[in-house]
Amino acid sequence: MSSYLSVRDLKVHFPTVDGIVKATDGLSFDLEKGRTLGIVGESGSGKSVSSSAILGLHRKTSAQVSGEILLDGTDLLKLSDEQMRRRRGKDVAMIFQDPLSAMHPYYTVGNQIGEAYRVHHNVSKKAARARAIEMLDRVGIPQPDRRVDDYPHQFSGGMRQRAMIAMGLINNPSLLIADEPTTALDVTVQAQILDLLQDLQKEFESAVIIITHDLGVIAEVADEVLVMYAGRAVEVGTCKEILTHPEMPYTWGLLSSVPDVSGDTNARLIPIPGNPPSLLTPPSGCAFHPRCPHRDKVEGDLCVTTLPELAPGTRTETHLKRCHLTNPDAVYEREVLPEIAPDLVEEER
Amino acid sequence: MNDKHGDDKLTPLPATAGFLPQDDPISRTEDPVDADEIDYLSPVEGHAASVANPDAKAIIEVRDLKMYFPVKSSSVIRRTIGHVQAVDGVSFQVPEGGSLGLVGESGCGKSTTGRLITRLYEPTGGSINFNGRDITNISSRQLKPLRREIQMIFQDPYTSLNPRHSVGAIVGAPLAIHKVVPKDKILPRVQELLEIVGLNPEHYNRYPHEFSGGQRQRIGIARALTLQPKVLVADEPVSALDVSIQAQVINLLQDVQREFNIAFLFVAHDLAVVRHFCPEIAVMYLGKIVEIADRETLYNRPNHPYTQALLSAVPDVKQAAIGGRRERIRLEGDVPSPINPPSGCRFRTRCPIAQEICARVEPPLLQIGQRHKVACHFAGELGQHPDRPVTTGLLGVDDSGAPDPGATPSALAADEPGYSDTWFDLERKTMASA
Amino acid sequence: MLAYVIRRCFVGVIMLIVMSLVTFVLFFASPVDPARYACGKNCSPELREQTRKSLGYDKPVVVQWTNFLKGVVQGRDYPDDPELRAAAPELVTHCPAPCFGYSVVNTKTVNELMKEAFPVSLSISIAALVLWLFFGVLFGVIAAVRRGTLIDRGIVAVSLVLYAFPAFFIGLFLLKFIAIKWQWVEVPVYSPIAEAGVGAWMTSLLLPAVTLAVLYMAGYVRMTRAFVLESMSEDYVRTARAKGLKSGRVLFKHSMRAALTPLVTLVGLDFAGLMGGAIITETVFNYNGLGKLAFDANTTNDLPTIIGLVLLLGTFVIVANIIVDVLYAVIDPRVRVG
Repeated sequence: MSSYLSVRDLKVHFPTVDGIVKATDGLSFDLEKGRTLGIVGESGSGKSVSSSAILGLHRKTSAQVSGEILLDGTDLLKLSDEQMRRRRGKDVAMIFQDPLSAMHPYYTVGNQIGEAYRVHHNVSKKAARARAIEMLDRVGIPQPDRRVDDYPHQFSGGMRQRAMIAMGLINNPSLLIADEPTTALDVTVQAQILDLLQDLQKEFESAVIIITHDLGVIAEVADEVLVMYAGRAVEVGTCKEILTHPEMPYTWGLLSSVPDVSGDTNARLIPIPGNPPSLLTPPSGCAFHPRCPHRDKVEGDLCVTTLPELAPGTRTETHLKRCHLTNPDAVYEREVLPEIAPDLVEEER
Repeated sequence: MNDKHGDDKLTPLPATAGFLPQDDPISRTEDPVDADEIDYLSPVEGHAASVANPDAKAIIEVRDLKMYFPVKSSSVIRRTIGHVQAVDGVSFQVPEGGSLGLVGESGCGKSTTGRLITRLYEPTGGSINFNGRDITNISSRQLKPLRREIQMIFQDPYTSLNPRHSVGAIVGAPLAIHKVVPKDKILPRVQELLEIVGLNPEHYNRYPHEFSGGQRQRIGIARALTLQPKVLVADEPVSALDVSIQAQVINLLQDVQREFNIAFLFVAHDLAVVRHFCPEIAVMYLGKIVEIADRETLYNRPNHPYTQALLSAVPDVKQAAIGGRRERIRLEGDVPSPINPPSGCRFRTRCPIAQEICARVEPPLLQIGQRHKVACHFAGELGQHPDRPVTTGLLGVDDSGAPDPGATPSALAADEPGYSDTWFDLERKTMASA
Repeated sequence: MLAYVIRRCFVGVIMLIVMSLVTFVLFFASPVDPARYACGKNCSPELREQTRKSLGYDKPVVVQWTNFLKGVVQGRDYPDDPELRAAAPELVTHCPAPCFGYSVVNTKTVNELMKEAFPVSLSISIAALVLWLFFGVLFGVIAAVRRGTLIDRGIVAVSLVLYAFPAFFIGLFLLKFIAIKWQWVEVPVYSPIAEAGVGAWMTSLLLPAVTLAVLYMAGYVRMTRAFVLESMSEDYVRTARAKGLKSGRVLFKHSMRAALTPLVTLVGLDFAGLMGGAIITETVFNYNGLGKLAFDANTTNDLPTIIGLVLLLGTFVIVANIIVDVLYAVIDPRVRVG
């Protein structure tokens, strides 16, 4: 039996005058209903481009999309523009990062939410408005019957994001993609929004993809995690596995370059050297090799010449990594963990 | 300096790096610059958190600082009908060569406070002392030499650098304006600075768009360092950068702090970054400091309900990694308007433990430990907040906040910058000392 | 909103008063002696002084200016001589308030002169505005939607080529070929709407309006194209697409409304500028509009007419600006408050 959402070898390429920008280059993953997948990566890793492809948002004139996106057995990439449009916002919905720029400044919140309902349901404006008020109430906006006629700029940042969520969920989509839903928000508001998303997911039983650069957000909400680098998945596994036993040096880098609010203050902040690679001329072999501090542990110049397969590592069959290291577990515990969490190492002893 | 920076010694990468092609990728793809020059494999060195020197004297002392922005009416004649109380009576010290972190959510006044220190605004009230000298109301002519001493690093490295000026011109401009060195010495000094911040000194004639976000932030740091300032106000210096780049810039800031003994006022919303960078941290809410303490105390034993809520809201990767997710304190609603802040304690409208007294009397910023002050009537560690207000005796009020003729207000309530040798012991309700 | 408009009108009146003063001062600071001009070729110094006196140019500038302001408020007699008025009232021209002065050159009050020329300029400007706005926005949107295609490049290229031709060339071409040689339309002669009816009025405006519209259209095509393209890459347009809206609705409801807002500002300013600035077109078609009046007033050093025109056109620019700002508030809810 195949999963509810199954992405196979997704490629999104942008032809430019300088060559092809391979924003996403062979991405595969599965997601069940009621589960949350967290996609982590930095800007340029291809995480947002991939999710836009699932929604069919790329214009055919500028992007070449190939592979398979099976939603409940239907390949979305084989649908016509009109068929895809009918599914957009109904079966698959999306929430964007900055709710201020993602909502039209000239129309009321109610108008914009109701519009999302009216596209897919043949109802009157009045009915759509009633439905919008109902959704605003559901996402926790006080006095929804009054606020429905406000403009987005009259809302606070957190309320705008709630309104965006209301807009996304108004048609009970079975797949919700949230692209950096809390990045523009303050921490206490972020906590509210993440709670809300989780509550609503339980209620609607939808599959959720959360795209973020913040491992903290992942730790809070994700069941499964996919780490992306330079357009490819470099590590896949359950949230717990990835956070406790990461096996790919890039994931180590992400973990060791962010400080924490708890734990040992002697923990070191180890940056990943260099900058994210150019997608126009990605490095040969493993795209992370120019920034990888553990390259010397792999024999020969395998990292430079050969792209590693996304394959099970030393732990479980479902925990996949794209790395030539043969003993990542040992390297992590010996070299990385003592630097970033000396207290944890101390405790284990 | 240079060998210390082997880890993050960088040369310009293509401007495309860090950019994601959206619908129209053409404009964002340029040829990679100098890919061959990148020194990727120098050893990586991690940086531990900054530590405080408790004996350092204060270089910046702020007392009861206020900044009100007028709000105009929209009638025919525009009258001032109110004020945005962006900063309303904050006091603190920044030790020489040390760093104080200012954290809080958007609109709490932390950025305004930072700008007041650099005198980008004229304060409405209170005083700012730099090195023992009152700089609160000095004229713009007197400000010029001061600008050499207090510099600022901005959040957005894309908009804070003039795209039409070369890096050399940006970094060298302060030297030319203040006529610190003869004209022919400017370039060598600029190159030296570029090397300090980990950029290739030969790239002084390039333009900002040729650099990635992290490198631009390095240029901004080099510009701020040009005049060898004693104080740097860093306003969200890393929040616009990619995760892996943030650590590079934080480490660089730690290095320059140690190297040149610069005091930092570090303004940020990211509690984890502030914890790493600052041995002492002040939490702001609606224009006021609600809690200020050294790092260990503030993060491990916060006494203000807002600090507790803020900390519990931060997702914690390592906690999740070792065992489950923590319970969050949910704060309801939004931050109230700074034009009409709530009476008494400003946090009371969202506070889970607020009582009658909180609406009536504003809690003083009370010193409750050697290096710990908190502004709450019910100050206490999480889950151990007292049932009765702790401040009644000091303020001369009863438990509901009404004036109590029997009690005499104590002089302790005055908010002085820095810490005193004696403090109010919460458990014994008496004064204590070290 | 009303308070805002009142405030803006108040500032506008102050600006007009300052403008009239500046015009007075500049006029008298110029090296040309207006009295000598009015006096004619065989002018003796005595005669010149007499002319100067009769025109009122002998008084200090400030006095002349206050007299002028008084005339605007109260009305004025020309010549302002109570004795003459008592003796021979038929020689005195009364100019009721608001009086902008009396043009000796034209032996008419400035109000009368402007009353004749104003409808001509207004008609041409309105007709041109309708044409260039309609076609400019239409072609601009088409170019934006079909960006990168031959249609897009063709529209941009053609509008640029048309823009490169000077007004007198396009005007003369239309007049000589379309009207005279091929006789597709009659040689345009301005027909007031009240006398000749709407049909004749519109026909008479066709060629001059087309001349002006061609010039302005190129800019509007390019700007519309740029604004629409810019708004199509906005986040809220992506949101609209993500909702599953049809592309037509995305374009017209979400993209266009934001794209056309900045055009409102340009339309207001261009229209106001056109009122007194269509000198060449008015000359080519021999239409006696404000542009031509201004040109003649300048060549004959006719101060009262110049001042009157400066104030009229200044008022027009100020009013157009206020209307634009009010329209902005109607379109964009974010600027409604404050």
